[in-house]
Amino acid sequence: MSAIRNTGLFTEKESSERYVEWCEYYDFDRSVPYNILERNTASMKKTHAQIAIGLVCLIMAFAITLQIRSVSYNRANNADTARAADLQQQLRVERERTTNLYEQILELSSDLEEFKGEAAKSSDYSKVLAKQLERAEVLAGLTTVEGPGVIVTLRDSSGPNTGNIDPSLYIVHDTDILWLINELRDAGAEAISLNGERLISTSEIRCAGSTVSVNNNRHADPYEIIAIGDSANMENALLMRDGVYDTLRGYGIGITIKKASKVTVNAYKGNILFKYAFPLQLSPAKEAE
Amino acid sequence: MLIIILSLLIGVSIGLFMPSGLSPATTPYIAIAILAGLDSVFGGFAATINSNFKIKVFITGFFGNAALAIMLTYIGKLLDVDIYLAAIIVFGTRLMQNFAVIRRFLLNRYLPDVPLKKQ
Repeated sequence: MSAIRNTGLFTEKESSERYVEWCEYYDFDRSVPYNILERNTASMKKTHAQIAIGLVCLIMAFAITLQIRSVSYNRANNADTARAADLQQQLRVERERTTNLYEQILELSSDLEEFKGEAAKSSDYSKVLAKQLERAEVLAGLTTVEGPGVIVTLRDSSGPNTGNIDPSLYIVHDTDILWLINELRDAGAEAISLNGERLISTSEIRCAGSTVSVNNNRHADPYEIIAIGDSANMENALLMRDGVYDTLRGYGIGITIKKASKVTVNAYKGNILFKYAFPLQLSPAKEAE
Repeated sequence: MLIIILSLLIGVSIGLFMPSGLSPATTPYIAIAILAGLDSVFGGFAATINSNFKIKVFITGFFGNAALAIMLTYIGKLLDVDIYLAAIIVFGTRLMQNFAVIRRFLLNRYLPDVPLKKQ
C-alpha cells in the first residue's frame, strides 16, 4: 500500500494513475475509490500508532509500578536494617526482663529483711547471728551503704584530633578505671561503685568495645565512680604528682574529683554463686583426734 | 486516549498484583530502563506535535534505548564505572527538552499570545 501513498512526489492525477496500475498488477478491486483507500490506510496507521502507544504505556506503567513496589519492599526488608530491627527488638525484650528481675530481687530482699528481723527478735543467739550477717553483707557489698567519700567522673577527651594521633588515646580505657579504683582502694575506700554498679570481690573491669564491662553489665562514657572512705585521703591519692589525675589530664581526658560529706553506694544487684570455692571444713574424725 | 488510559490502568494493576517483586540486584537496571522508556514516550509526544511521529522509530527507540541503558549499566558495573550516569544525563536532558516542546505546543493551543493587531 505504500506504493500508492501520496507522498507528495506525485500529483493527484499521477497518483490515481499509479493506483490504477497498482490495482491491475495486484488484481485489486478497482471499484474502491482511491481516496477512500487512502483514508482507510490513514485510519489504520492511526490505529497502529494507538496500539503501539498503548503497548508502550502498558509496559511503562507495569515497569514503574513493579519498580516502586520492589524498591520500597527491598528497602523495608534490607538484610542489614532487618537484622538491626530484629536485634533492637531482642534488646527491648531483654531489658524488660532485666527490669522485671530487678523488681523481683527488691521484693524478695525486703521479704528477707523481714525474716531477719523476726529471727533477731527471737533470741540472743540469733541476734548475734544477725549482727554477723549484717557485717558480712556490708563486706560482700550486698547492702546499700552511705557515708563520706568522693565522686570521680571520667569523660572521653573532647579535644580535636589534629594530625595522625591515635584516637584510642582520646578515650577512657578499662585500665584507666582500674588504676583509679586501685588507688582509691589503697587510700582506704570501703565501698566503690561505677555508674551505680557496686564493685564486689568478683567484679571485673574489662574493655568491651567502646564500653566497659563491670559485673557483666556494660557501662559507657561518662563514668562516675563513687567511693566511700576517708575523702581527703582518697582525693590526695588521686592528686598525687604524676598520679592518676595528672596522667589522665595529660591525655585530655576530663576528670573531676568532688569530695562529699555524704554519698550513697548501691548494693550489688546480681547473684553471688560460688560453684567451685567452698570453705575448708575439718572432718569430724580429725576434730576428735 | 481511551487506549492510553486503559493500558495504563492494566499496567498498574498487573504491577500491583504481581506475586513477587524484583530482587535488589535488578532494580537499578529497571530504573534506568524506565528512564529510557519515559524519554521515548515524551519523545513520541514531541514528535506527534512536530508531526513527524513514526511508529517504527517510536517502538525501536523505546525498546532499543531501554536495552542500551540496561547494557550500559551492566558494563559500568563490570568496569566499576558509573556509566549509567551517562544514560541518566542524556535521557534526563532529552526529557526536559521534549517536555519544553510539549509545553510550548499546549501553551500555544490553550493560552495563545494575544495578537497586537487584528487583520
